[in-house]
Amino acid sequence: MSGLTVRDLRVVFDGFVAVDGVDLEVPAGDVRFVIGPNGAGKTTLIDAITGLVRATGSVTFDDHALLGRKVHRIARLGVGRTFQTAAVFEELTVLQNLDIAAGWSRHPLSLLRARGQVPSSVAEALTTVGLSAVRDELAGTLAHGQKQWLEIGMLLVQDAKLLLLDEPVAGMSQSERDATGDLLGRLAADRTVLVIEHDMDFLRRFARTVTVMHAGKVLSEGTVAEVQADPRVQEVYLGHAPSASEVA
Amino acid sequence: MTAVASPPVAPPIKPSRKRTGWKTAAGFASGAVALFALAPAALDDFRLGLLAKYLCLAIIAVGIGLAWGRGGMLTLGQGVFFGLGGYAMAMHLKLADAGAGNLPDFMQLYGQLDALPWWWRPFANPVFALVATVALPMLVALLLGQLIFRRRVRGAYFAILSQALAAAMAIFLVGQQGTTGGTNGLTDIQGFFGYDLNDPVNRKMIYFIIAGALLLMLAVAWQLMRSRYGELLVAVRDAEERVRFLGYDPANVKLVAYVVAAGMAGLAGALFVPAVGIISPALVGVVPSIEFVVGVAVGGRASLIGPALGAVAVAWARTALSERVPSAWTYFEGLLFILPIVFLPGGLASLPRLLRKARK
Amino acid sequence: MTLVLSQLFTGISIGAVLLLIALGLSLTFGQMNVINMAHGEFIMAGAYTVYVLQQVITSAGASLIVALPIAFAVAGAMGVLLEFLLIRRLYGRPLDTLLVTWGVALILQQAARDIFGAPNVQTRAPDLLTGSIHLPGGLVIASSRVFILVLALTAVAALTLVLKTTSLGRRIRAVVQNRDLAAVSGLATGRVDRLTFFIGSGLAGIAGVALTLIGPIGPAMGTNIIVNAFLVVVVGGIGQLKGTVIVAFALGILQSMVEYTTTVSVASVIVFIVIVAFLQWRPQGLFTLRTRSLA
Repeated sequence: MSGLTVRDLRVVFDGFVAVDGVDLEVPAGDVRFVIGPNGAGKTTLIDAITGLVRATGSVTFDDHALLGRKVHRIARLGVGRTFQTAAVFEELTVLQNLDIAAGWSRHPLSLLRARGQVPSSVAEALTTVGLSAVRDELAGTLAHGQKQWLEIGMLLVQDAKLLLLDEPVAGMSQSERDATGDLLGRLAADRTVLVIEHDMDFLRRFARTVTVMHAGKVLSEGTVAEVQADPRVQEVYLGHAPSASEVA
Repeated sequence: MTAVASPPVAPPIKPSRKRTGWKTAAGFASGAVALFALAPAALDDFRLGLLAKYLCLAIIAVGIGLAWGRGGMLTLGQGVFFGLGGYAMAMHLKLADAGAGNLPDFMQLYGQLDALPWWWRPFANPVFALVATVALPMLVALLLGQLIFRRRVRGAYFAILSQALAAAMAIFLVGQQGTTGGTNGLTDIQGFFGYDLNDPVNRKMIYFIIAGALLLMLAVAWQLMRSRYGELLVAVRDAEERVRFLGYDPANVKLVAYVVAAGMAGLAGALFVPAVGIISPALVGVVPSIEFVVGVAVGGRASLIGPALGAVAVAWARTALSERVPSAWTYFEGLLFILPIVFLPGGLASLPRLLRKARK
Repeated sequence: MTLVLSQLFTGISIGAVLLLIALGLSLTFGQMNVINMAHGEFIMAGAYTVYVLQQVITSAGASLIVALPIAFAVAGAMGVLLEFLLIRRLYGRPLDTLLVTWGVALILQQAARDIFGAPNVQTRAPDLLTGSIHLPGGLVIASSRVFILVLALTAVAALTLVLKTTSLGRRIRAVVQNRDLAAVSGLATGRVDRLTFFIGSGLAGIAGVALTLIGPIGPAMGTNIIVNAFLVVVVGGIGQLKGTVIVAFALGILQSMVEYTTTVSVASVIVFIVIVAFLQWRPQGLFTLRTRSLA
């Protein structure tokens, strides 16, 4: 496994440059946080990596070039993502959501059978994300935080090797954040994790490395301490104030 | 979906599923009793013939329920597939009626042709014709579906495109007077694989075949809906783009439901011909195609049995009302399109659940 | 050459009729994402308006001129009523709107049958519009067709002007681009919707007046023309007036050319195939509004 490499990535919407020549190196097993003010191009970066928007440059994960492939092909290479507003299948149960996430590699004919027993990867994920008790509830009835957990659970059964999480703890309580953070740490053991997050407290506790984006470009990169000490980051975030303690 | 070996999932069935399994079995059994024992005993030959026609519409409705209710594809062009199945069957029966080497009566009448057109010839073979009634619509659906689902043409676009196809098909058939019978269609069909269709006993046999076909199609739809595929189809319906990020190509998922629905409509068309004795452009165009949908909406688009029951109920109401007050039927039909969809989007099938909820 | 030119003009005049019909749809479907299958019956209402007026006003020319604003108002009022009673409850369910408005169409058709009788009725066209215009080169063009072309283009110009310059137009575009934001910004989206629907449906009334010049008026006239008009909007691209204009004429010309070289029957299939092929190239229609929305 060789991690994620992004070279000179550019995304242009009708003349507006959303991502402007981003270079990024996320080694395997890293938990990389990407931060930056609104409109910095963070979500567009993930969109480009997952094939949702057209981009130029190059993106390589696990020795596969990703750009130019279709969304579902990229997903099959082990790239999984979550969305800012949790996107789960609301009319299906938690179990069904997870089972679908496990399924693209199933033989098409086997799809024509009903699920007999719960596949072990699904059962495991149910426990890991703590949704065993609600597994037969419709996903639409879950609380906001639970939906985000379900999405992470779907990534687990999908067996994604690169996890791209778009604000995974937005709207979560403190204890839920802690649990999510611990989970991210455990996941990174055999995966590569990239998190977009606004919550600085969460970042300080769980990020291994940080990339700061601003206006479509990478502004700064390094450990949490290094980035926090970078005067350019302070300027972008706070005007000129020295301490980057609570920034939303 | 590539064929990578999946972990074998042994089928010890959960208790809850066993219970629904019993319920379904009971449902199918009572349906069989109603169709095979009660209806033939209670209805005279004429009414049983009408019911045979309604059941053909119910078969189409089962397919629409799958494609629209579960798959979100509002297909307003099922008449095309119904017509393909119907014409394939009618062409064979006309050729059989005419006898080997003779032209069907209408071709002699219009006198434009002295030999059978090449594309009629294979339909003289009963096996080819029978296979074609289902395979031809499925093939057309596969081709069209490939082109439009891959390009992510969906929702209202898809509905309008499917409607335009129905319009094109009807106009096309009307213009081919010499070879398809034009506006009249293929009429006056006498025999069905050697059985005289004027004989009430044989007409009853046709009814039984149709009833059996309906139960079979319900079983097919039931299996598709309860399977993993059925869950995936609902996921695609509700969040097509999301499914891509899990590694699926939603176009394939939709294609299966669309093609199966087309096959069901083709089968219904093939059975409609011996039951009613005619297939014509008026049965395949824009208006009949959208009328196939109303029963599904009334019965409950996403349920298994709702579409079939809705289709039969609407067809029955049409006969009953238009026999007495023809203009009242059209007003009533208009209201059927409006009231259930606005006020009861889940159709009649959702009533029990709503009532239970209200009581709580 | 003359033959080609005359086919070309036939195509343009088919396109003009399509454009008149599709123009209203490009507002209600294109801008509001409402598929109004009763649009054809609003056209019918416009046509019957001419018929009724001619019972009172004997001069064909005067009745036609009076009919234009009245038909606009009649069809527009029907549209507002429809929006208020049903469509309002169905926003976010475009496919259901399609079926519900089909039901409305059935009821309106039957009402027309009960009021005016099932057979088609005739109206008188003013003398000015019954003849034909002889152009150099032996080209003969029906003057009614020219009138419809001018009417269609005028309607496009007027609609563009309204959308681009008036405050109503700005509000309509705001609601189209971001309904929630518009609502939060204090726009009465409900009123904007109703006004949009009034104009879109009113345009159907105008189209109905125009159709009296070239064909019979009957209860079923709406169903036959609505399908192609919807195709025009789909192929032109949602929310794009210029797409509707270009595609209406392109489809008209295509149809007349294919019909000329084959038959009406074969042409219907070929035109459908061409449209499916076109959507391979531009699945969202000729012109698209690109947005970053997802999932």
